[in-house]
Amino acid sequence: MMSETITLGKALNHGLRRALESDPKVVIMGEDVGKLGGVFRITDGLQKDFGEDRVIDTPLAESGIIGTAVGLAIRGYRPVCEIQFDGFVFPAFDQIVTQVAKMHYRSLGNIKVPMVIRIPYGGGIGAVEHHSESPEAYFAHTPGLKVVTCASPSDAYVMIQQAIASDDPVIFFEPKRRYWEKGPVELDAPLSGAYPLHASRLIRPGTHATVLAYGPMVKTALDAATAAAEDGRELEVIDLRTLSPLDLAPVFESVRRTGRCVVVHEAPGNVGLGAEIAARVTEECFYSLEAPVLRVSGYDIPYPAARVEEEYLPDLDRVLDAVDRTFGW
Amino acid sequence: MAKGTSEPGADVPAGGFVQLLTPDGERVDSVTTDDGVTYSVDFTDDEYRELYRDLVTVRRLDAEATALQRQGELGIWASLLGQEAAQVGSGRALRPQDMAFPTYREHGVLYCRGIDPIMPFGLFRGVDQGGWDPNEFKFHTYTIVIGSQTLHATGYAMGITMDGKTGTPDGEAVIAYFGDGATSQGDVNEAFVWAGVFHAPMVFFCQNNQYAISEPLERQTRIPLYRRAAGYGFPGVRVDGNDVLATYAVTRAALDHARNGQGPTLIEAYTYRMGAHTSSDDPTRYRIASEVEAWQAKDPILRLRAFLTKQQLADDTYFAEVDDSAAKVALSLRERVLAMPDPQPVSMFDNAYPHGSPEVDVQRQQFAAYQASFEGSAH
Repeated sequence: MMSETITLGKALNHGLRRALESDPKVVIMGEDVGKLGGVFRITDGLQKDFGEDRVIDTPLAESGIIGTAVGLAIRGYRPVCEIQFDGFVFPAFDQIVTQVAKMHYRSLGNIKVPMVIRIPYGGGIGAVEHHSESPEAYFAHTPGLKVVTCASPSDAYVMIQQAIASDDPVIFFEPKRRYWEKGPVELDAPLSGAYPLHASRLIRPGTHATVLAYGPMVKTALDAATAAAEDGRELEVIDLRTLSPLDLAPVFESVRRTGRCVVVHEAPGNVGLGAEIAARVTEECFYSLEAPVLRVSGYDIPYPAARVEEEYLPDLDRVLDAVDRTFGW
Repeated sequence: MAKGTSEPGADVPAGGFVQLLTPDGERVDSVTTDDGVTYSVDFTDDEYRELYRDLVTVRRLDAEATALQRQGELGIWASLLGQEAAQVGSGRALRPQDMAFPTYREHGVLYCRGIDPIMPFGLFRGVDQGGWDPNEFKFHTYTIVIGSQTLHATGYAMGITMDGKTGTPDGEAVIAYFGDGATSQGDVNEAFVWAGVFHAPMVFFCQNNQYAISEPLERQTRIPLYRRAAGYGFPGVRVDGNDVLATYAVTRAALDHARNGQGPTLIEAYTYRMGAHTSSDDPTRYRIASEVEAWQAKDPILRLRAFLTKQQLADDTYFAEVDDSAAKVALSLRERVLAMPDPQPVSMFDNAYPHGSPEVDVQRQQFAAYQASFEGSAH
């Protein structure tokens, strides 16, 4: 099997290209996705090779992008919508939560809207307001949507294809500050044998504590585990990958072994996914826990100015500090 | 705007509209608008009579629904009273291959699409979300959020173009229904932008019934709604929404325009909602009796009846037979609505996701077990 080392952004580009090749009903639509190739160049070269009907530059209106994609999906297409930045999804929020999420339910299963909504999300790139947010909880809270996020180039390549092939409407969060991280990707691997889209994955085994992360925080969690190992503490790291539905069975299994659990995400902690996960782990693993489930998250403030974002974002030290605290009980 | 109509007065809005049947039942042969488009219809005697039957049946079904709501059998009802001509005229102009995207008030269009009229009652009685298959009847689900469906319709129309099903007289077209209030929504304006830019085979059919719940048209616009189309680069036309012949003619022309690859049209059907917005509001709080009376004189059914009588196309025996058959349809509907079973509670977990969800599956099992724990008790 040919394995290439490419960036996460390039992996997404390859995945989109393969989806366009394998199904003529797949269309990409969004602002600047055509000639420019997207502001992050994720759709680079696709309009040139597949034409303006397959890679559609849209008017500048997010509700319109999602609403017309719903109509295209009803017509039998598989739209892949790009929302340019996390903070710009809110004009489309109504269409996503009142229409995309409920179309299958409302029509008693007669209508499917197999669409993917790609959202580059999270901070760490020195951007201005509305370009660094983590709005995943809004969508994970809405029944009818599936919400996933990738953390590595190989997952990015496979998961975007799986999301497009799925009949479920999928919110696909891309960790924008990891777009330039490189890793091995098997470009020829058949999709059928791939790791399931809606499954979490243990990515570093350990015995002393379980660290849960997703998207951009996976690398941070792995770095923390490497640092902890130098101090003789073996952290087990799980990449959640799927935020709705949550795949927590492997998490429960892990926490029952380690007795300690730390959840890491960039989004504000209040009513965030960490709160849900902490509650569920507590319900399922109460007698195995040596300490409360702790959260490491962004603060409950609007995303701050870029010059202080490194203080806002959970880093290796904050993860290690939380792990230390679980040993203090 | 419309030559061949009287000067603006009590019967005609400033700027005029396309009218082929006056409130007195006089037939106007044809109307040519300032755009140079000529509108007319050429119905057989039978077709005129069947249009009358449609109008009466739809009104009778609506009246039955209103009664059922007042008797506590429906949670709420959105009445179409007064808008029968706009809905039947446009609905009958649709061809089988055309797709319609309704709001929640298009019971008359639904009827014209050949859907069992009981279907919307599941939604309003609260036993389902509306039970018809949109693919089978080419009539989408009711949409409650104002204006959302105009974008869905536009996307669907873009798909028609991408499928190469436009540009011929047998091409496909899409119609999206919405009200005057919806024209204030962002989604409707975005749909206008998209449809214009992508030259989508679309008909935007606005039933201007003068009120968005309690707010009059003046709270939505400073210009006649049909004139907004010019700003988006496609034609707009205003039609007498209480004239079933004119709404048919204008809608058919706009659909043909779309299916021939000539792009979208905005139709403003100028009409009046005779009842409440829904059974939950009280229109006497926001409008005066004389206004309602003035519109009663423009009733869509009375004028077609007057026309049929004057032309000796129908007599009292025919009218009585239509009333009788509509009453029978309504009675049958009433019996079937009352017999609609409540859904099995566990069915609420169905269809949340095409591929299902492990989390929903667990909750379904827990719910079923919890329900089963009451078996044999007084619950």
